[in-house]
Parts: sequence; C-alpha cells; structure tokens
Amino acid sequence: MSIQVNNLTHIYSEGLPQQSLALENVTFTAEDGQFVGIIGHTGSGKSTLVQHLNGLLNPKSGSIVVSGVDITQPGVVMRDIRRKIGLVFQYPEYQLFEETVEKDVAFGPGNLELNEAEIQSRVKEAIQLVGLDYEEIRGHSPFELSGGQKRRVAIAGVIAMKPEVLILDEPTAGLDPKAHQDVLDMIRRVHEHEKNITFLVSHNMADIARLADLVLVMDSGRLAMQGTPEEIFSQEEALDSMGLALPEPARLMNMAKKKGLPFQGSFLTVEEAEEALYGFLKRDRDSRI
Amino acid sequence: MAEMIDIQDLVFEYTRDENQEPVSAIKGVSLKVEKGSFTAVIGRNGSGKSTLAKNINALLLPSRGAVYVNGYDTRKEEHVWDVRQSAAMVFQNPDNQIVSSIVEDDVAFGPENLGVEPKEIRFRVDDSLKAVNMWQHRKKAPHLLSGGQKQRIAIAGAIAMRPECIVFDEPTAMLDPKGRSEVMEIIKGLHQEGITVVLITHFMEEAAQADRIVIMDQGEIALDGPPQKVFSQAQVIRDMNLDVPLTVELGCRLRERGVPIPETIMNMEEMVEFLCQYK
Amino acid sequence: MIRDITLGQYFPGESWIHRLDPRTKIIGTLAYIVALFIVGDFWGFLIAVAALFGVIGISRVPLKFILKGLKPIFIIILFTFVLNLFMIPGKVIWSFWILTITEEGLYTAFFMAARLILLILGSSLLTLTTRPISLTDGIEALLSPLRKVGVPAHELAMMMTIALRFIPTLLEETDKIMKAQQARGADFESGNILRRAKSLIPILVPLFISAFRIAQELAIAMEARCYRGGQHRTRMNAMKLKKRDFAAGLLLVFFVAVIIAERILF
Repeated sequence: MSIQVNNLTHIYSEGLPQQSLALENVTFTAEDGQFVGIIGHTGSGKSTLVQHLNGLLNPKSGSIVVSGVDITQPGVVMRDIRRKIGLVFQYPEYQLFEETVEKDVAFGPGNLELNEAEIQSRVKEAIQLVGLDYEEIRGHSPFELSGGQKRRVAIAGVIAMKPEVLILDEPTAGLDPKAHQDVLDMIRRVHEHEKNITFLVSHNMADIARLADLVLVMDSGRLAMQGTPEEIFSQEEALDSMGLALPEPARLMNMAKKKGLPFQGSFLTVEEAEEALYGFLKRDRDSRI
Repeated sequence: MAEMIDIQDLVFEYTRDENQEPVSAIKGVSLKVEKGSFTAVIGRNGSGKSTLAKNINALLLPSRGAVYVNGYDTRKEEHVWDVRQSAAMVFQNPDNQIVSSIVEDDVAFGPENLGVEPKEIRFRVDDSLKAVNMWQHRKKAPHLLSGGQKQRIAIAGAIAMRPECIVFDEPTAMLDPKGRSEVMEIIKGLHQEGITVVLITHFMEEAAQADRIVIMDQGEIALDGPPQKVFSQAQVIRDMNLDVPLTVELGCRLRERGVPIPETIMNMEEMVEFLCQYK
Repeated sequence: MIRDITLGQYFPGESWIHRLDPRTKIIGTLAYIVALFIVGDFWGFLIAVAALFGVIGISRVPLKFILKGLKPIFIIILFTFVLNLFMIPGKVIWSFWILTITEEGLYTAFFMAARLILLILGSSLLTLTTRPISLTDGIEALLSPLRKVGVPAHELAMMMTIALRFIPTLLEETDKIMKAQQARGADFESGNILRRAKSLIPILVPLFISAFRIAQELAIAMEARCYRGGQHRTRMNAMKLKKRDFAAGLLLVFFVAVIIAERILF
C-alpha cells in the first residue's frame, strides 16, 4: 500500500479575476505504515492538498495514485475513494447529527454498503480504539458529551470506515493541554493498530516532531520541503522565512548554539534537550571536582 | 492601588435539568484584581475559568457571594451597564461576536449602544482600529478577514467603549500561531497603556507573560501569584494536567537529577544566559 | 452557484446614486414600482425603461452585472408570460389543440413580463448601490414613525443587519459540513427525491445546531457590548439629507408626473 502524488496542481476560481494558484506541482510518495506530518502557515495550501487526497476537490492536472489506482480519473467511484482514504476535518464534532453515538459512528460504514454485522463490529472497534467505553457511551446522545469526547466520537466515525489512508486536519484545535495529549496518543494508537498511512496537519511543531516519520512543508501552494523531522527542523532559517517556528526545545538549543555553546544535534523533544543540558552541566561539575 | 475587580466568596451554581441537583461551577472564589495589572487565569476546560469571566461582566450573576467591578455591585440591575462599560469582554470565537457586515460599523456598535455622540464615535472607531493595526481594513467585510484579524476587530470593538479593564475569554484558542502572537502583542500593548487585563487561557506560555497567574482547578483557585512563584510549584501544575513553560520544565527535570538550576529561570533567554556561565 | 445571485448584492462605487441618502433611494424605488403599475401602454414603458437606464448610467454599475440579477428569476418571468399568453380570453389570433393565443393575452403577457423585469432591475439597482447597513438604517428610519402603532422598527433593522452579517458565515459552515459528510461517504446527488431529501438530514441537523450556537454566542457578545435595544442608542453615521437628495426628489416627482400624465392623456 502506498500513496503517490504527482505534479498536483489546482487553481481556485479559474477564469475569474480572483483566480489564484492553490497548489503548484506537488509531488511526494508516502509508504505503508508511514506517519506523515504536514506543516505550513494558514493559506499555504495544506487544506486544499488534503481535500484533493479525499477526492473532494479535483486537480487541474496531476495524479493521486493509491495502491495502484489513480483516484483523479473520471471513472473512479467516489465510494471506492472513501473506502481507501478517510478525512477528519477541523472541529469534526460539528458534523455529529445522529440521536446516539452508535448510530453516528455507523453513518460512514453504512454509506459503504457493508452488511449489518460488519458495521456493528466496526462501530464497536472504532469506539474502543478512540478510548471510549463502548457499552457505556453507545446509547448516549453525542450532543450531551464533553468537548473532548465529542471529538473522539467524530474521529471514530471516520476510523470505522477502516481507511488505508487516514488524514487528520488539526485534530487537536481548541482542546486544552490534557485533551490535546489524549487525542494525540489516541491517534498514535490507531495508527499502530490499523497500520495505515496517517497524515497529520498541524501547527504544533512539537507534535509533528514527535510523531511524524516524514514531514511535508507547504508554502504558497508549493511543497517547499520534505524529509524526516531531523532534516526539516535543522533548517531554521528556511522555516523562519515561511513563517514557521521550530519545536521549542530546538529553539532553545539553537539559541544556546548561537552563543557558542557546544551542542550538536536537532533536539526535537524535551528529553533530548534535557540529556544534552544534563551532559553539559554534569561535565562542568565533574571537571571542577 | 485601587481595585478594579473584587470577587468575594463567589459561588456559582447551575442546573442542567429542572429535576437535577445544582452543579457548582465555582465553589467559593475570592480574588482582587488591582487597576492596571495583568492577570492570567489558567485552567483546564471545565475548571470554571470562563464562568468566572462571565461573572465579572454581569453576564452571569453570583449564586452566593458578590462581585464588584470598579466599585459597582454586579447584582444591582441599575449598574449593569456601568459594569459592562468598565470591564469589556472579548470572547473565544472571533466570528460569533462581530455584529455588522462592515468592520468600522462593528467597532461602532458598543459606543452606539452607550449613546455616545456621533462625532465622538467616529473618533473612537478610528482610534481603536489604529490601536489594533486594522485601520486600513475598516471598510472590509469581516468574513473576508483571517481569524487573527477578526479577533483584533473584536478587541477594537471593546476598546471603543473606553473600558478601564478588558476580560479576554480564551481569545487565542481558535487561532493559528501567527494570529495568536498578533493578538498577544495587542493585549500586552493595551496593558502597557494602563488598561487592566484579565486573560483567561489554557496556554501556559501566554499566561507566563502576565504579572500574576491564577490557576483554577475544579471551581477553586489552586495557585495564585507572580509567574516565578507559581512555576516553582511545577509538580502541582503538572498534576492538574497543565503544561509548564519549557525552560521551567527543563529546570525541574534537571534539579530532580541533582543539577542545581536556579528556580528563577523563566524563559529561554535566561536559560541561555545561565548556561553561558559554564562555557 | 449561490455566488451568481446578484439580487441583494452591493456593488461598491462612489457615484451620485451611491451617495444618495438610503431613504431617498428606498422611496424612489417604491415610487418606481408604483409607477410601473400605473403604466399601461408601450410609450409609458418606454419612459420607464429610459428612466431606469438613465439611473443605471449615472450609477456606473456595469449593465451586464445588473442583468445577471434576472437569471435566477428567469423561470418565474417565463411562467408568468406563458400563463398570461394562453389564459386570457379574447380575440383569437392563433390556436392549436387546446392552446389558444388571443390578442389580449399577447398584450398582457408582454406587459406583465416587462413589468416584472423592470421591477427586478429597479429594485436590484437599489441594493447594488446601497451598502446593506445603510439600507437597514434607511428602513429603520422610514419605519420609525410606525413605532407608535407597535411596529418594532429597530428590532427589524437589527435582525436584517445580523442576517446580512451571518449569511456568508452560514454558507461557509454549510460548505464545511457538506464536505465533512461527503468524506464520511454521504451521497447527495443520486437516488430518487425521497432518498435525496433524507440525505439532507446529516447536513441540516449540524447546520441548525451551528446556527443556534452562533445565535447564543452572539447574543451574549452583544449583551457584553451593552446592547439594550433601540433606546438611548446613537449612530456613528447619522443620516442627513443633502442637496442631491432634494434634486433626486424633484426628478422623481417629475418622473411620476410624466407617467401619470401619459396614462391620462393617451
């Protein structure tokens, strides 16, 4: 399983005075089991890209090949795309509409025209995967849940479709630090369990640094950089010119490096920074003794 | 210094259903906010921080206890407009607090409600829009602006009422990093100009910029003091599932491993300066 | 598609028409509509058309843009035309099977269609040259004498202002919800009418919930900004009649007089 995006180009309002290039020659490949982070400031084309991957927008040119099938071809049935690729939008709880949590999660699988037993078992599995108690919550109205729970139910609704590629557009927006962490842990758990390709669109560099194997950097509709978190976050100046910051630990360590302190590496997490500082300060004390 | 806000033993209860027992969102909070200060109130969702904000603006009234804003008792109906004019409010969702389809007309909304003279309104609108750096967009339709820009319009709408205090209820929760820093810059600027700022947030790095941090947990004040003092209780903060700023976190972790890092280090600059001594 | 509707849209400009007081323009439009119903023959229509195109010329709104406003109601015009054409009894000039066209029918059909077209063009010119906010201010001012008999002039105007403000927000919201449900495999395009109507539930329920949430948050925000109805309220842009409004008024009286004179004399 893989997803290959080739020379994807999209133009908004083509032929009108407000015409603008939304995507320009975007090319990348994501492989089986990869966790892909997409970063870029608002308006850089992240959302447009993601909507193409789900077949909600059609490109002007270029192709998106999922497991050998080009989903941009006119003959492709939408239901087959949705089977392969799941998309969770920002603030997904605003799409809940059924009377019970169970029925709402079943909406997606139901649209795939699966049999009743299969839908049942997927709904149960998905609700458990997002960390909710199936027996307790299935009969509740989704509207009486807390913000964090609503978000989980909405994400379960897409996971229950068992997509080979799962795309999440800022799944933690507006959550408090605890709920933010819980949702991220859950995404990682789902990824490990389903062994799918996961795309995470986020403004939070620390989350991307921790979770992603591959990072795509979007800037004015172009794929400006791609690489591992270490490769991407070692280019502070380039990111800065695109209005993007480094994860905080890397920013701190870079500041220290600029003052001539002998640190080496990319320091993407608190733990890495902690080890480096510990080593540095310890050495100093040891040498004094 | 005089007090802008004086909250005395505030209890706020609400009922979800008629037959249910009342739930208390705030369980006995006392808090005094001095004029000209910058106070951050931080806590998890459901900690009671937003309920507290709405009590300051007389949008909610105390079940028990009292709230005084600029000396006015919020429970006295005849003072409700004085309370709201003294302590203006900016909310979380930038879209749902803009009334008019033209930026400058929206900023005029507050002063118009207060019955200010048309000439004076015009002056205040221009002045407020310049203060948030949005004057060049005054004729635009709000839905064409970015989240950060919309939130700046909402702030201009609050400033135009000439309040002494502004209560910000999670103003950056729905913004991207750029919008967030734009809004924080403006909030800090307003404080410097003498406006009393109460900032409700769940981002610790924003709270760290205030001169006082109040941490709410389960309807009560858990910690209260200047950032340095509050962050010295890093473990308590982490137990409440809130973040501490990176440098404070690193300091804690290293101290636990026996490296004596001073507790006064609050930000990256101070940390780097400290490290440089050992170069 | 929704973007194509020019009816109710504002076309920014600084022309003489744009700068008229909204009250003048509202009264002018109403007078024009009344005049259209006084007109009864070809010459009368010619005067009405000439007057309209004169005003369009001064407003500098591109003709093409104004004509686009007719598109969404073309069906209604056609329907009116056909209905009148075949339904009015009189002197038969053409007949086939059960269909007959009479001289009177042709005459009425033509005038009804012409009236409708001019009516739409005239009223869209009002919205095209007047900022929505000024329009609501104008309506509020014109209705305010009726407050004494219980017409909530201010509340009506405030409702219109808020509706104008939130139409784009709700359209955006609808678009988001539609896309989100499509991503969950919802299909809005195939199946019979019943199935299609049912497929709207996943859009309508979240949309209503959104609308209620917006209304609630907005109400709180308005209260926090000291909103307490129309009393004690001042306005930043107080409306004031200028010389051009009186000139426009004179021209309007002249136009109506010509229309009436034409009707009586010919």
